[in-house]
Amino acid sequence: MDLTISEKIIRDHCEQKDLSAGDFVLVKIDKCLGNDITAPKAIEVFEEIVEGTERSVFDPSKIILTPDHFTPNKDIASAIQCKILKDFARKYHIQHYYEVGKVGIEHCLLPEQGLIAPSELIIGADSHTCTYGALGAFSTGVGSTDLGVAMALGECWLQVPETLRFKYTGQLNKWVSGKDLILYTIGKIGVDGATYKVMEFTGEIINNLSMANRFTMCNMAIEAGAKTGFIFPDKITEQYLKSVGISKFKTYENNNTKYHESIEIDCNTIEPQIALPHLPSNTKPISEVQDMHIEIDQAVIGSCTNGRIEDLRIAAKIMKDNKIHPSVRCIIIPGTPTIQFDALKEGLIEIFLKAGAIVSPPTCGPCLGGHMGILAPGERAISTTNRNFMGRMGHKDSEVYLSNPAIAATSALKGFIASPESM
Amino acid sequence: MKGKVIKYPQENINTDLIIPARYLVDINPQFLAEHCMEDLDMEFHKNKNNLQATILVSGSNFGCGSSREQAPIALKATGIELIIAPSFARIFFRNAINIGLPILQFSDIDAFNSGDLLDIDFGKGVIENITTSKSYSFSKFPAFLQKIIKVHGLINFAREQIANSEEGS
Ligand code: SF4
Repeated sequence: MDLTISEKIIRDHCEQKDLSAGDFVLVKIDKCLGNDITAPKAIEVFEEIVEGTERSVFDPSKIILTPDHFTPNKDIASAIQCKILKDFARKYHIQHYYEVGKVGIEHCLLPEQGLIAPSELIIGADSHTCTYGALGAFSTGVGSTDLGVAMALGECWLQVPETLRFKYTGQLNKWVSGKDLILYTIGKIGVDGATYKVMEFTGEIINNLSMANRFTMCNMAIEAGAKTGFIFPDKITEQYLKSVGISKFKTYENNNTKYHESIEIDCNTIEPQIALPHLPSNTKPISEVQDMHIEIDQAVIGSCTNGRIEDLRIAAKIMKDNKIHPSVRCIIIPGTPTIQFDALKEGLIEIFLKAGAIVSPPTCGPCLGGHMGILAPGERAISTTNRNFMGRMGHKDSEVYLSNPAIAATSALKGFIASPESM
Repeated sequence: MKGKVIKYPQENINTDLIIPARYLVDINPQFLAEHCMEDLDMEFHKNKNNLQATILVSGSNFGCGSSREQAPIALKATGIELIIAPSFARIFFRNAINIGLPILQFSDIDAFNSGDLLDIDFGKGVIENITTSKSYSFSKFPAFLQKIIKVHGLINFAREQIANSEEGS
């Protein structure tokens, strides 16, 4: 039996050539990433490690710092956190430090900036680092201490994961997107259904899925506990990479691989999905949820899950010549400045503003209950983000319902959670 | 090690409950400790102090959600010295090891209740519940992780590596 693709990538980044799932190894990393929440602690760790030595960072071109969570700085405390990143970036000549105006939500930003290539090994002090599996990289979320050590040594310890293969077959129903496929999958296997494992997404549906939808799916692998998501690079990947300036990259053959388990998902019967409070696995089809007539106070369209231009186009298509429901706040958050600029050029921003929505600068903002749209006790939001844990978007007695952008946009107009079919 | 138990048997206690994002604007462990677990239980500190507990027992998939290292840091700063759960979310797992907060995977959490006094022998892989006079065995950590725990976390591990490489060069 051949190694899985993840095992091959790990093997080629460590000294141990004969490895199998379950082994602990030290790997050399290609890139590492931190943000305004996780990097300050990582920087403290880094300074502690190099203290009294002549060491600098392992490679200033391989460290990426994105102050994206609480920016533009929401208060003095977050301003201080961001300043730690900025000072560190200057001191060690970090090449990929992004100031407000250039910064976007990390997992939208890095692929767009051409910083991620297939078969690379990437770690990020952010759980949604698994997003880059959509480009065929092995990339996984770690903690601040891991990042601090990686910035010093260029290394990280990993347990070689087993791989779960998901095969999506059949045809996609109308309005069903990558978001719905991943929500459906998490609903099926549970929030710990893939813990420590790689979720490999395959099948004819995936082969025809756009990059934006692939990013969305890999992004939420962590919501099933997975170490990362993974999609084999193909023509669609190649095209995307070309558009961001990457033409040469390494790929691996995939044959006769030993999977931990293979799960087939028939898409013919899948409707758009809603994850009800307070777990991403608490999913129901939209037809059922619409009948529940769940009124909302806020709709959020954005995040590293669904803040790409394709997502904004869908939302704009639904909102065009319509008005946001009078009792709903609709907050649109383009993932990066480039996405925001594209949305402006395509006239999407005008559609949103005319409809009565507000457009935020690129930021994580309300996704993690940071700023720019916090919920009061008893309030309810529909959101294209990835987590609906208790208190995630504000007060612990508020509620978050997760959906795709089409449903979030429709619900913003109707005032309750509704399918675009109802328009 | 010996210690008393505080138990939250719920599954999927996530990092937003352990330390809500609104407190992530500061990395001071004492500040984080003050707000630790408050969205789960406002009385966490009071209960823990009443029980004089240092061992947290919880349900499966403990620590799921974000990568925030502030979660194990906050718990450690409240005086928790060990967490026992049937399973841990993977980033929480590595963060706990990396900061030198021992965690123990053990499925039968019904065997322990708040207030129980436990005696844990990591070398032998045995938990003794002194309160109920029962003993349980658990599988020991892989050698690689024991190395990190032995030096009290990844920072010392990295420093040793640097020292070794500089000796060698
Ligand atoms: S958008 Fe939300 S999930 Fe994504 S990186 Fe930001 S806080 Fe995390």
